[in-house]
Amino acid sequence: MIAELGLAALWLAAALAALQLVAGALAQREGGAELAQLVRPAAIVQGLLAGFSFLMLLVLFAQTDLSVKLVAMNSHSEKPMLFKLSGAFGNHEGSMLLWITVMALAGALIAAVERRLPEKTMLATLAAQAFVGIGFYAFLLLSSNPFERLPVPAMEGMGLNPLLQDIGLVFHPPTLYIGYVGLSVAFSFAVGALLTRQVNPDFARAMRPWVLGAWIFLTLGITAGSYWAYYELGWGGWWFWDPVENASLMPWLAATALLHSASVLASRDALRAWTIMLGVVAFSMSMVGTFLVRSGILTSVHAFAVDPERGTFILGLLVLYIGGALLLFALRAGTVSEGERFSATSREGALVFNNVMLCAILGIVLVGTLYPLVTEAFDVRVSVGPPYFNPVGAIFVVPMLIVMAVGPLLRWRRDSLARIRLPLVIVGSVSFAALILVSLLTSIAILPLLGLVLALGLAIASFMPIRGRKLRLLPIATWGMMIAHFGIAVALFGMASETAFSEETLAAVEVGGSTEVGPWTVVLAEVRPTAGPNWTALEGRLMVSYDGGAATETDPQSRNFWAPAQETTESALTTRWNGQLYSVIGRQAGDGRWQLRLWWKPFVTFIWYGGMLIALGGVLALIGRVMADLKRRSIRARTASRRAEAAQ
Amino acid sequence: MIRWTVWVPLALFMLFIGFAAYQLTQPKDEFIASTMIGEPLPQFDLQPASVDRPGLTTQDLRDGKPRLLNVWASWCVPCVAEAPHLEALRRQGADIVGVAIRDRPEDVARFLANYGNPYSRIGSDDLSELQLAIGSSGVPETFVIDGQGIIRYQHLGDVRADDVPVLMRELAAAQ
Repeated sequence: MIAELGLAALWLAAALAALQLVAGALAQREGGAELAQLVRPAAIVQGLLAGFSFLMLLVLFAQTDLSVKLVAMNSHSEKPMLFKLSGAFGNHEGSMLLWITVMALAGALIAAVERRLPEKTMLATLAAQAFVGIGFYAFLLLSSNPFERLPVPAMEGMGLNPLLQDIGLVFHPPTLYIGYVGLSVAFSFAVGALLTRQVNPDFARAMRPWVLGAWIFLTLGITAGSYWAYYELGWGGWWFWDPVENASLMPWLAATALLHSASVLASRDALRAWTIMLGVVAFSMSMVGTFLVRSGILTSVHAFAVDPERGTFILGLLVLYIGGALLLFALRAGTVSEGERFSATSREGALVFNNVMLCAILGIVLVGTLYPLVTEAFDVRVSVGPPYFNPVGAIFVVPMLIVMAVGPLLRWRRDSLARIRLPLVIVGSVSFAALILVSLLTSIAILPLLGLVLALGLAIASFMPIRGRKLRLLPIATWGMMIAHFGIAVALFGMASETAFSEETLAAVEVGGSTEVGPWTVVLAEVRPTAGPNWTALEGRLMVSYDGGAATETDPQSRNFWAPAQETTESALTTRWNGQLYSVIGRQAGDGRWQLRLWWKPFVTFIWYGGMLIALGGVLALIGRVMADLKRRSIRARTASRRAEAAQ
Repeated sequence: MIRWTVWVPLALFMLFIGFAAYQLTQPKDEFIASTMIGEPLPQFDLQPASVDRPGLTTQDLRDGKPRLLNVWASWCVPCVAEAPHLEALRRQGADIVGVAIRDRPEDVARFLANYGNPYSRIGSDDLSELQLAIGSSGVPETFVIDGQGIIRYQHLGDVRADDVPVLMRELAAAQ
């Protein structure tokens, strides 16, 4: 019954999306006012129905209803409750339902609260949101029904991939999806604005909080995903330039560019067409990423349901939505007037420069990700990895970081570097001193060296906007910007340090024996069996001491899951303020010794602290924007009521 | 701004769609071929994996005679299935050397007693080091090595009846 309720809600939601589209489109014409009244309620009810449908799927997984195919394929009665729930979206059908749910809820939210834009643009936006939604409803209902029943209920479920039975993976997919799909709002705003030719600062102000919200979730999702890959896969790496990782990085890059260009549009009424295009591109990147991952046309460590039929379906949706939006852009961009002019040395100038750099990086990641797709068409197998992405990306990242340090110090419209000479000299000389010092004391490669120096310079520069201003009067959004920029510096420092200074030991150690890695001494005290709710493991008890200090215990495991049967290594992390000791225990060799793989990674944790700071900066900026908007609204309401009183 | 530039994003996107659509129509080939083909074998010196056959070194494969190098293991089920076909290859004159992956001598002996022993030498690769070095990603795999110790051909998965003539042809070509 629950599965049928979920399915019925899904069909109803799809029908409401169709209503929302038709009503929103007809309302654009003369005399469509009556239909216009339907659009917002349709969006809200559609969101509630989709949410209800997803809730029903969660209930099915919580109860382990084995008569439902998806539950039988992806769950197991002996799984812990949290992983039963996460099993609901740890598969193709469930994650697509999550996708459409987030999309419908986002549509409902804009329908409920967004009042700044002209009503016509708003209706066009909601119609666009519904139009995109319909495609995904069709995909779900026609080719990926999550509520399908089995003719005969299964005796027991097949379980969830043990690699996915991890607390990080419970939150990672929903976080990323809110980010991906949240960008659909920016897409719909862009399409709506193109349709009604209303591209102005109000449009940017209306769109900005939505982009910020999606961007915060994307940032958190990428950070969490990177940390998960780091400790769960047991390779000690934190970024692999895997197609799926790139699929999450590309929308983030586009959304970052969009945030900044929307700022220019909101404050200075410039970059109209560019902002619109980024709005289209950001969500397009989410959809392209999903397509690449789901269709199986690129080989990735993230093996999702690989099914050419589904791939074809999503490709069709891509042509319809992205192709349609880009066509509309090409036809209408000429009629969107250019907006205000500004000089190259100005806040806008710096933002434009960084926008171009971000887009160049996006292009590099896109080309690297798609390159195998192109060469395979000519029967050449290639795999594109760090040797391409790192140096080629750095060509654009380095100038971007430099301008990022300077940009926030500049004034809007026109400025001169002479005015900000003092901070430039401070940041420049500290960075230069660091460059000399690091290259004299160590012999590290050029990229990590640049990374360390730029991180230091940017860290100092990111708080320079405080100079000469009263701290209390500084807007929250400015704090947000400073913290986010500082977060970039922190993450960069972690990446550079990890790359430059990591040490690795692979040793075969008998029980009681010891080995060393970097400043650590590691003693294998014991190997003992241990068990969890659905696995057994051999656990190594390691006593580790840093630089001759007191020993602490760390317990890497080699786990055997039995539903489904699979072996995983659970690395153990010993965290200090200045880095992490990463230990993995392997098999026992023929002579009774155990394989230990140990890494000392100085300051590696800063990568994720940085990611969290970036997201925190986003949250502060969002709070600042929303509060400013509420204030503006209440002032407007007050003046309106005062005017009404005066008129009486 | 020049007006044609507004068409660039659409044009690039359609190009992508073209390639993606083409790829979707292509059958998916999941085999991963070794990039080591055409490369010389790395230096190695493997201990014997069984009492009645010598171990395996790089020098053994550089005496001018082309050989088949079979990567296998006693714990590997497809290896049981391919055993009669390896025996057929041996009867047709192929010299087969084995590399036992992560195996124990007693298990190797039991396997060879049960399913036959087509190998002239069997080296023991306890940590998959040689396996990884020659670009093999699974068990079983069969390589054609020419007389100078250069890898000429890689067969992925178990050897079936159809593969026997193919391997014999590759072996002759490696002369």
